[in-house]
Amino acid sequence: MSDVIATNQTILVVGGGISGMTAALEAAECGKQVILIEKSPSIGGRVSQLYRYFPKLCHPICGIEINLRRIKANRNLRVISMAEVTSITGESGNYSVNIKLSPRYVNENCTACGECAKVVEAEFDDEFNYNLSKRKGAYLVSNMAYPQRYVLDSGIIGSDDADKAKAACKYDAIDLDMQEQSLDLTVGAVIWATGWRPYDAAKIQPYGYDRYENVITSLEFERLANPQGPTGGKLLRPSDGKEAKDIAFIQCAGSRDQNHLKHCSRICCMGSLKHANYVREKYGDDGKSTIYYIDIRAIDRIDDFHRKVKEDPNVTFTKSKVASITEDKETANPICHGVDTEGYNRYSNPHDLVVLAVGMEPSVAKDSFPIELVINEEGFIEQDPANGGIFAAGCSADALDVNRSVQNATASALRAIQVVNRTAGMEG
Amino acid sequence: MADEKKIGAYICKGCGLGDRLNTSQIATIAEREAKANVVREHDFLCSEEGVAMIQNDIDNEGVNHVAICACSRRAKSEAFNFDNIAMSRANLREGVIWVRPDTDEAKETTQEMAEDYARMAVFEVNFMTPPANSGQSKGEKGILVAGGGISGMTAAVEAAKAGYKATIVEKSATLGGTAAQMLKRIPQHSPYTDPEDTGVSELVAAIEADDKITVYLNATITKTSGAPGRFSADISTESGSTVTENFGAIIQASGFEAYDANQLPELGYGKSADVIDQAGLEKLALEANGGSIKRPSDGKEVKNVVFVQCAGQRSDKEGHLPYCSGHCCLTSIKQAMYFKDQNPDIDTTVLYSDLRTPGAGGEDFYRSGQDKGVIFTKGTVSEVKSSGSELTVNFHDMILNDDVELGADLVVLATGMVPNGGVDIEAVPVKDEDGDENAAVEVSVDSILNLDYRQGPDLPHLKNGFNDSHFICFPYETRRTGIYTCGPVRRPMDMLQATEDATGAALKAIQAAENAELGRAAHPRSGDLSFPTFRMEGCTQCKRCTVECPFGAIDEDEERYPQFNESRCRRCGTCMGACPVRVISFENYSIDTVGQQIKNVEMPDEFDEKPRILVLACENDAYPALDMAAMNGVEYSAFARVIPIRCLGSTNLIWVTDALNSGYDGIVLMGCKKGDDYQCHFVKGSEIANDRMSKVADTLQSLSLEPERVATYEVAITDTERAPQLINDMAEAVEKMGMSPFKF
Repeated sequence: MSDVIATNQTILVVGGGISGMTAALEAAECGKQVILIEKSPSIGGRVSQLYRYFPKLCHPICGIEINLRRIKANRNLRVISMAEVTSITGESGNYSVNIKLSPRYVNENCTACGECAKVVEAEFDDEFNYNLSKRKGAYLVSNMAYPQRYVLDSGIIGSDDADKAKAACKYDAIDLDMQEQSLDLTVGAVIWATGWRPYDAAKIQPYGYDRYENVITSLEFERLANPQGPTGGKLLRPSDGKEAKDIAFIQCAGSRDQNHLKHCSRICCMGSLKHANYVREKYGDDGKSTIYYIDIRAIDRIDDFHRKVKEDPNVTFTKSKVASITEDKETANPICHGVDTEGYNRYSNPHDLVVLAVGMEPSVAKDSFPIELVINEEGFIEQDPANGGIFAAGCSADALDVNRSVQNATASALRAIQVVNRTAGMEG
Repeated sequence: MADEKKIGAYICKGCGLGDRLNTSQIATIAEREAKANVVREHDFLCSEEGVAMIQNDIDNEGVNHVAICACSRRAKSEAFNFDNIAMSRANLREGVIWVRPDTDEAKETTQEMAEDYARMAVFEVNFMTPPANSGQSKGEKGILVAGGGISGMTAAVEAAKAGYKATIVEKSATLGGTAAQMLKRIPQHSPYTDPEDTGVSELVAAIEADDKITVYLNATITKTSGAPGRFSADISTESGSTVTENFGAIIQASGFEAYDANQLPELGYGKSADVIDQAGLEKLALEANGGSIKRPSDGKEVKNVVFVQCAGQRSDKEGHLPYCSGHCCLTSIKQAMYFKDQNPDIDTTVLYSDLRTPGAGGEDFYRSGQDKGVIFTKGTVSEVKSSGSELTVNFHDMILNDDVELGADLVVLATGMVPNGGVDIEAVPVKDEDGDENAAVEVSVDSILNLDYRQGPDLPHLKNGFNDSHFICFPYETRRTGIYTCGPVRRPMDMLQATEDATGAALKAIQAAENAELGRAAHPRSGDLSFPTFRMEGCTQCKRCTVECPFGAIDEDEERYPQFNESRCRRCGTCMGACPVRVISFENYSIDTVGQQIKNVEMPDEFDEKPRILVLACENDAYPALDMAAMNGVEYSAFARVIPIRCLGSTNLIWVTDALNSGYDGIVLMGCKKGDDYQCHFVKGSEIANDRMSKVADTLQSLSLEPERVATYEVAITDTERAPQLINDMAEAVEKMGMSPFKF
């Protein structure tokens, strides 16, 4: 990695999800030098795992495709995958950043021909499908993976599989001796776009995510709905592989809760409304959705999507925070218990499948940032002059939907440009 | 190009291409039939060595047109990235061997497929020219900002901080907009417990102190012409003077109008002076000047205030707003705190249907309201009655499931934001009694920008009058390149979001100005240097290109000839598709670059039983879907010949009629979703193509061909099963209908 050139006029973007991609591209398309680093083997982030967006119901990878084309066409932008920041020192306009590069065991010769995956036998949980399926020990993260290069799972290194993979590669692309590397960069500004992770649903004890097979998260449901996903787009419930037709969506699973995440994660209501749409799309009048909610937060002009779903007779809205979930031992149906606060009626409703609309937790824990930043109680980076030339973008800044993340990332790109332009003395 | 054209064709044998295909036969075809000057095969073309081989031919052999016959144009783009040459890609991997079975029976048709694609790529590049900047841009970099509220001021300040000049044109006498009429704002910083100063005075001070920012007050933009990098705007002041200034890009921060609460008589507005809207309460709070807030009717201190959320909003009733304005829940909490912070004994009740306080700050502020004793009740208000000095709010308490009457001194209606987006240029003309369309739409609003564009004076409106963009991934995907809206004209929003939005818009404006100078396109074809040119002597002044351009890039001169504005153009080619006399082209994309590919597919004899199906696929969605189908091992007909196109809107009928005349048996067009929720990033490409194809029926009829031979579909990038299926369906249909009789 000696060929990475960076100066105090370079902008470093940390995280290659939709926010990081956007910030990097917008800055690079203003003519700035940008380095985008991503921890995993491919950029695209959580957006690339979504089936459809609310409220347009268009496909997120369409936007990813456009962004990838922009990246491929732009020589101001350098993408480095499997890279993580370990330390940042310095000040606005002059930061020293140390980056850890994990071994991919596959070099740039890779043509993504797929021969290595054919010969490798070991299988691992597929993170891209939230572990709902298996992938090979030599794999391409997804069909949209960029860089479009295979990865060897470190779990096969030293095994016969690794040797087989190497032997199958005609292009000398597999390097089993690859080691972790360290890269030091000087940059002028940093855009922090490490995004979010789903709140650990198992911590919401009364919902039994860790006990009942047919209680899953909204992100897992998103993969089930995806024709490219583990079930080929069928809404199959985990316990018996049967199609789930009566599905409950529980809002604020971990959000707006003093015991879990204090904040509202913003996207979950619209996400569940979208999921109710998937149920209709799959089954028509045979599908049934129940949304348990505190407030439906279909904010601003996208409220019409909410009102459209409300008109669907097969979707029931119940104003209630579900108290607990039990399981019908015979059918493995989860049963939601609670009180409908509109009229104070108790209910015990069995469903085929329960989907927890899990909250958004910042990916980087408050105490693990590589440099001191002003971070709020919820763990999001505040916009504060004390942060110098380091700017949050997307869900590192707040619980945001994609549209607002992109908007925020575009703003962050300008803030970073202001720093490097000042460094360059270009003002005036 | 000073140098002579020299074409190099490079055929890769890697990734199984060498095993599955007779590449030397392909090389022979590239040389003898397609007339490539240099033809080379390589075992591993994308390797350093392979790329060096090509670069050497460019540097030392004079090769300036390169046809890469290897993998998809979406793969290995870093390797095949050469400067100052024209390049085409024949997709032999994802487009041929990965979609065909590796069997002896399939070998012949697979080889034919590959030979055709190689021949097509060489002919395509033969008709391409490496694009270069036209030099049309004047390199103006200053930013014009329409509107001096929070959004406009922020945009100007942020652009100036990056070193760019900014000019604010504000129609009123002061900067600050709506925010200047407020006591406090919703908090933007942790711990999000109390209202904050509005920040207006800091912004105004920053503007006054910055010599890069110019402000025109009591002024409007009376004319805007030009394009990114060379906009010219007439700025007219109330006193009657007009100055003309040049700009690189424009930000429209024209804000919103308050919803007219007089449309809510059932909620008592207009009947009692003590029923006010949120702006009315800000006024009372400012007047109180730190003391207790007094109600308008009799100046009595307010002891009991009720906030009615969603007043005239989120409702289908006539005159109501169908959307939610996003900020009103937080604003009511803030306003309730005006009372509580002053005197905790004042009763404050917020009647809501869904309380919407998103994010960390929103929820913290909501909790703070609860801590301060603000009462939140889920209820639907039916009526606000006044009798004497007392107000009564009738509502259905959703929790108790009961009708409740609540007394109040003051009622605040949380009414919504109406975008101030200027003239709706797409308003459907109203038909009068005789059924004649009125030439001009009755417009009661003033234009914001007064663009002298052929397509109208303002940006197109989207749903409910808000401006661009409705794309999730691209909030700044404007339909008028170089002009960006921000703030509540784009979507309803609070001040924090408006600040972020304005900063983002400032970046986009700077980017537009910078790119215009270099002749580079904005996304989705970022960096494309090509632009449309036309042969004026062939033009019939039919105006189709000027009407259909989705970005208003083409004006008309006095003689009604099209006038292209390169930096407004997004390079979709819709104009090229529209032109009936085919005089419009891009250097790297033209009637010929596609037409030659269509012509140079080898057309087997009618009795060969090998039909040919032409597939024109949108490069952003359908084409990647077919690539990914190939990665998944999905097979499709060996008779298909797929050509990626920039947008289905660029499809010129001549391609279709030529294909039919030359013996193609079926044609499949794949574009994006059209309609209100269109997914085409060139706005209407798919829709326009669909209209054009309806005219193909005549051609088909005149040729006595079945209408089923041409099919247009909406294909999404996720259609990795369906897209191949559509091709196979056509193959099946052709089998039933029989071969085209037009094979020569």
